[in-house]
Amino acid sequence: MAKIDNSLLDIGYMDKLASGDSSLHRLDPRAKLITTLAFILVVVSFDKYAVSELIPFFIYPMVQIAVGSLPMNYLMKKVLLVAPFALLIGIFNPLMDRETLIQIGSFHVSGGWVSLVSIMIRFVLTVTAALTLITLTGFNAVCMAMEKLGTPKPFVIQLMFLYRYIFVLIDEAARMVRARSLRSFDSNAMAFGLVAPLVGQLLFRALDRAQRIHLSMCCRGFEGRFRTLGPMTIGLKEYGYVVGWSSFFIFLRFYNLPVKLGEIVTSIF
Amino acid sequence: MSHHIVQADNLRFTYPDGTVGIRNVTFRITHGESVALVGANGAGKTTLLLHLNGCLMADEGVLKIGDYPLTKKNLTAVRRSVGMVFQDPDDQLFMPTVFDDVAFGVLNLGMPETEVKNRVMQALETVGVPHLYNRPPYKLSGGEKRAVAIATVIAMSPDVLVMDEPNSNLDSRSRSRLIALLKTFEHTKIIATHDLDMALDLCERAIFLHDGGIAADGPTPALFRDEDLLARCHLEKPLRMQGCPLCGAKNIKQAGPTIRHSHPVKG
Repeated sequence: MAKIDNSLLDIGYMDKLASGDSSLHRLDPRAKLITTLAFILVVVSFDKYAVSELIPFFIYPMVQIAVGSLPMNYLMKKVLLVAPFALLIGIFNPLMDRETLIQIGSFHVSGGWVSLVSIMIRFVLTVTAALTLITLTGFNAVCMAMEKLGTPKPFVIQLMFLYRYIFVLIDEAARMVRARSLRSFDSNAMAFGLVAPLVGQLLFRALDRAQRIHLSMCCRGFEGRFRTLGPMTIGLKEYGYVVGWSSFFIFLRFYNLPVKLGEIVTSIF
Repeated sequence: MSHHIVQADNLRFTYPDGTVGIRNVTFRITHGESVALVGANGAGKTTLLLHLNGCLMADEGVLKIGDYPLTKKNLTAVRRSVGMVFQDPDDQLFMPTVFDDVAFGVLNLGMPETEVKNRVMQALETVGVPHLYNRPPYKLSGGEKRAVAIATVIAMSPDVLVMDEPNSNLDSRSRSRLIALLKTFEHTKIIATHDLDMALDLCERAIFLHDGGIAADGPTPALFRDEDLLARCHLEKPLRMQGCPLCGAKNIKQAGPTIRHSHPVKG
């Protein structure tokens, strides 16, 4: 359980990073959200053997990290944490796709290996982009931006509540698990028969709490509409940011920068 | 018309599972009064409080807030005048930041943006935590959470302040700070508690609840001296009205709720 506690503290750290002050932090969340989405869309739109085309895309997260002075190590750790999921998707490619795609001397690289590398690069790019978005903007501001951009309100409110109460819920779960482990001396593993009632009780507690929260919202005049004070302004800076980056992504999508650079270099010598 | 009067007439409420919540509850609380609702666990304090702003509706009897009986129709108006502070601040603080949370109720009153900001900061200053305005609620300490929870309610400037165990889970310093803060409020206050010392500090009148019914209603110091009544309601005398903790002396001169006892110095 200590592990869960720690990773939650980490979420708090992300909020702390989001409260920083840099030109990127000050940018309207909507601009950052749209740019990130454009980035992700362009990155996933390449064909499955794309590797060299993807490399220049690292410029975007690198600029974000540098300008927003985000801790590189911390972000890398987060990326590694989810890496097994991406690996799982591509791990069988080398076995399925054995056709030789690249040949360097007597060394043959099959298409499967290339597509695995491509998947991993895409994964690192998209996850880093999403992480930098959250650490530069804050989860709630991203939610607000989603709402302003037309995401259905109930969905956004659900997300915000999830973020607010995940701490309370995990806290409750942690206490229940601790109470169990303090009274079970022989085994560390939890028997399945015990998991069911624990989860069930957690659900009931959550329902109870939801009811109390709803009551307290009603007591403060809630009538189904969430009103927020959102000083969100889109100015020239935001438009410039979105248009600038998006056109850069599109340029990279249609011009293979490393290959072009290579051609230029080889034509000189 | 005054919103400040709370009058209950023969209230009765039974939970769907058949448990009697409150029965035959009758009282009248007038403008500016500070009333302690005392009783053991399960005596019906919270159930009664939930009636005061229509979270629960009585099966029988009439509850009047101001001059009008509480009905589903005037629920919104009643909730504007009766502010409720819940027992667990985590239930009350659901927005991403402290500022948003305090602004939630004020925004629902339909105020303009500048007025909302003024009110929020004013409320946070009143409870002494203006510096917390941009913090997420889950990161606050118990005392801070409680202060912010109170701010969320007073920002809406209610006429009647209803609190459920406001000092539960607080350390002694936070507790005395809270008592000092509540003393400064001029609202009509209804405070459910089993901390009789706090009741003695804050409320001139006490209503004793036992098994869902009213066991006594009168001036706090007099009721707290009634040992039979306290025993019947599963309560004990407030600590400061008990014998001296050092020598156990019982014949302490009692002068009002504050009792002075000079202890002989040994040696």
